[in-house]
Amino acid sequence: MRQRSLIAITAALAAGALTLTACGSRDEDGGSDSGSGGTTVTIGVDAPLTGDLSALGLGIKNSADLAAKTANKEKVVDGVTFKVEALDDQAQPSSGQQNATKFVADKNVLGVVGPLNSSVAESMQKVFDDAKLVEVSPANTNPALTQGTDWQTSKARPYKSYFRTSTTDAIQGPFAAQYVYNDSKKKKVFVIDDKKTYGAGLAATFTDEFKKLGGTVVGTEHINPDTKDFSAVATKVKNSGADVVYYGGEYPQAGPLSKQIKAAGAKVPLVGGDGIYSADFIKLAGASGGGDLATSVGAPVEELASAKEFVANYKNAGYKEAYEAYGGYSYDSTWAIIEAVKKVVEDNDGKLPDDARAQVAAAMQGVSFDGVTGKVSFDEYGDATNKQLTVYAVENGDWKAVKSGTYTG
Amino acid sequence: MNELPQQLVNGLLLGSMYGLVAIGYTMVYGIVQLINFAHGEIFMTGAFGALTVYLYILPNGTSMWIALPLMLIGAALVSTTIAVGAERFAYRPLRNAPRLAPLITAIGLSLALQQAVWAWYPHAKSALTFPEIPGGPFHIGDVTIQTGDIFLLVVAPISMGVLAYFVMKTRTGRGMQATAQDPDTAKLMGINTDRIIVVAFALGAIFAAIGGVAYGLKYGQIDFRMGFILGLKAFTAAVLGGIGNIYGAMIGGLVLGVAETLATAYIADIPGMDQFGSQSWADVWAFVLLILVLLFRPQGLLGERVADRA
Repeated sequence: MRQRSLIAITAALAAGALTLTACGSRDEDGGSDSGSGGTTVTIGVDAPLTGDLSALGLGIKNSADLAAKTANKEKVVDGVTFKVEALDDQAQPSSGQQNATKFVADKNVLGVVGPLNSSVAESMQKVFDDAKLVEVSPANTNPALTQGTDWQTSKARPYKSYFRTSTTDAIQGPFAAQYVYNDSKKKKVFVIDDKKTYGAGLAATFTDEFKKLGGTVVGTEHINPDTKDFSAVATKVKNSGADVVYYGGEYPQAGPLSKQIKAAGAKVPLVGGDGIYSADFIKLAGASGGGDLATSVGAPVEELASAKEFVANYKNAGYKEAYEAYGGYSYDSTWAIIEAVKKVVEDNDGKLPDDARAQVAAAMQGVSFDGVTGKVSFDEYGDATNKQLTVYAVENGDWKAVKSGTYTG
Repeated sequence: MNELPQQLVNGLLLGSMYGLVAIGYTMVYGIVQLINFAHGEIFMTGAFGALTVYLYILPNGTSMWIALPLMLIGAALVSTTIAVGAERFAYRPLRNAPRLAPLITAIGLSLALQQAVWAWYPHAKSALTFPEIPGGPFHIGDVTIQTGDIFLLVVAPISMGVLAYFVMKTRTGRGMQATAQDPDTAKLMGINTDRIIVVAFALGAIFAAIGGVAYGLKYGQIDFRMGFILGLKAFTAAVLGGIGNIYGAMIGGLVLGVAETLATAYIADIPGMDQFGSQSWADVWAFVLLILVLLFRPQGLLGERVADRA
C-alpha cells in the first residue's frame, strides 16, 4: 500500500509540474483540438478501483464510461467528443486529494464523477472548488458535504462546484429507522459504526430517529475497520439482548461483522445503508446473512422503466464487473456533466468558451433531464431533488427490494 | 448472563493466532537479529496456498476432513518456499551489511509480496471466501465455540509442544540455540550456521502457514492485506513476550489477544471512560500495555537478554 502511495505522490508531483507548465501556455483554448476539427472533453472519474471497495468503484467507472460512449455515439453535443479518465483513490482521502489535483491540472477535464466515499469527497471539494471544476458524486450521502457541518441547525452550502445525484443520510438514516421500527417491529437496537465520515454520520441520523420513534438503543460500539476480528463486539451484541443491529459503514466490515454476530449466537438481522448494498456483502456474510437489510439510494434500477435501456446497454458493452449499487447514479452524474457541457457549448455558438469550467459549474445548477434513476436535477445545496430510497433484504443469496419510499419527517 | 468467560475465549483464540505468527518473528530475530517484516506476508501467502489447494487442486466438494491436512501441506509448502527463497536471495547477501539494509529489504519484500498476490492471484483484488469446516457451534456453559476455532484450539498448543521439543531435544534444535547464543563460536564448534538460519526461517514459515489456515477457517475469508496488520500485531506480541524467546512469543500473543478483547468489552463500563472503550480503541490499550511492560521489563515478559541491537 505504501508503494502505491509513493506512486501517487510521484503522480501528485507530476501533476504539480504539469500545473506549472500549464501556466506557461495560456494561449491554448479550453479543450484540445483533435485532428478532425472536433473538441475532446475529458470527464474525470474518481473511485476506489482497487482494494476492498473496488466492486462499487468499478461499477461507477464502467457506468460513467458507458454514458460518455453513449453521448459520443448519439452525438449529444455537436463537435465534442467525451473521454473518460478514471483514477483510483483506494478509498483514501489523501489519494483522492492527489487525484483531484491531477484532474485540475488537466485542462481538458471539465467535470469529475465521484468519489464513492464521503470522507474522500471532503478532501477533494476545496481543490475542485478553487479551480471551479464541477464534481458530481453518485454515492456520497453525508449531509455535511452539501449543507455544511451545522446542517442540523443552519444549512449553508460550503462549495458551489459540488453536486450529487444520490440522496443524503439526513434522509437515509431516518428512513431506515422508520422501516426497522414500524415494519420490522424491532424495538431494541445495537448501533455500530466504523468512525468514518459516512458510517458515523449515518449511524447518528438513524439513532436520532429510532429514539424519536420510541425505540431503545441497548448498546453502541465503534469498530476498527482494519481488523476482521469482531468476536468481542459480537459477544457484546449477544449479551445486550438487542433484536436488531444497525451498522454505519461499508460491506468489507459489515459482511464479517454480520457473520460473527450470528455465530456468537445473536440471531438478529444486521441493517445497514447503501455502503453495504453490494453482492460482496452477501458473499462475506455467508449463509447466516439471510434476512439482513440494507437501504440504498433510489428505486431499484432493475425495476425502473427508465433504466431498462441502461441495463441492456451495460450488458451489451461487455463490462467485466457489475454496475452495483451506484451504476444508475454514476450514469446520471456523467450525463449531468454532459448536459451542462452541452448547454455551455450551445450558448457559445457551438464552441467551448475560455472559462469553460466555471460556466459548466454554473450550468450544472440548472440541469434537468430524465435519467436512469428518474428525474435528475439539483436543489440550492447541490443535492439531488430525487430523494427516493429503497429497503433491500438478503433472500436466498441475493438482494431483494422490499420497500421503496422516502422520509418525510 | 456472565460475559467474561466468552470474552476470555475470544481473546485466547485471537491471541493464539498472534502467537503462531509471532513465533516466526522471534525465531528469526533470535538467530540473525533481523526483524523480518515480510513475515506477515509469509502468513498471507500461506493462507493463499491453502486456498489454492482447495480451489484448484482438490476436486470440487472434497470433505473438509480430507482437504484440511492437504491444505495445511500446501500452505506450508508455499510459505516455506517463499521464506527460504527470501532468506537465500534477499537476506543472505546482506548478512554482513549494516542492520538497516536487511530491515529495509524486509519492508520492500513485504510490499512486493502483497502486490504480487494482488496482481496475479485470480480475483484477489477483493476478499476471497475460504472454505469452512461444517458443523454447528459448540456450547460449553456460557461459552460458544465455532467449528473454525476448534482447529486453532487444537493445533496451536500441539504445534507449540512440538516446537519446544524440537528446539530442546534435537541436534538441529540445540544447534539453533547455540547459533542464537554466539554464531561465531557455534561455527567453530562445527555447526553449519547457514543451514540453521534456513531452518529458522522455514520453521517460522510453517507456523505462519498454520496461522494463515486458522485465519481463513476462523473468519471465512482472506485477502492480500490480511498479513499487514496481523503481522504488526504478531511482532508486537513477540516484543511483549520477549523477542528471541519462543515461549515468550506464544505468551505475548495470548496476553495481547486477551488485552484487546477485554479492552473492547469492558473499558466502556468504567465510569467516565465511555468514549475510550470501543473496539477502535482496543489497539490503543494494547499498546499502552506494551509500553507499561517494556518500562518495567525492557526484555519483555519472558525475555532473557535486553534487545541491544535493532
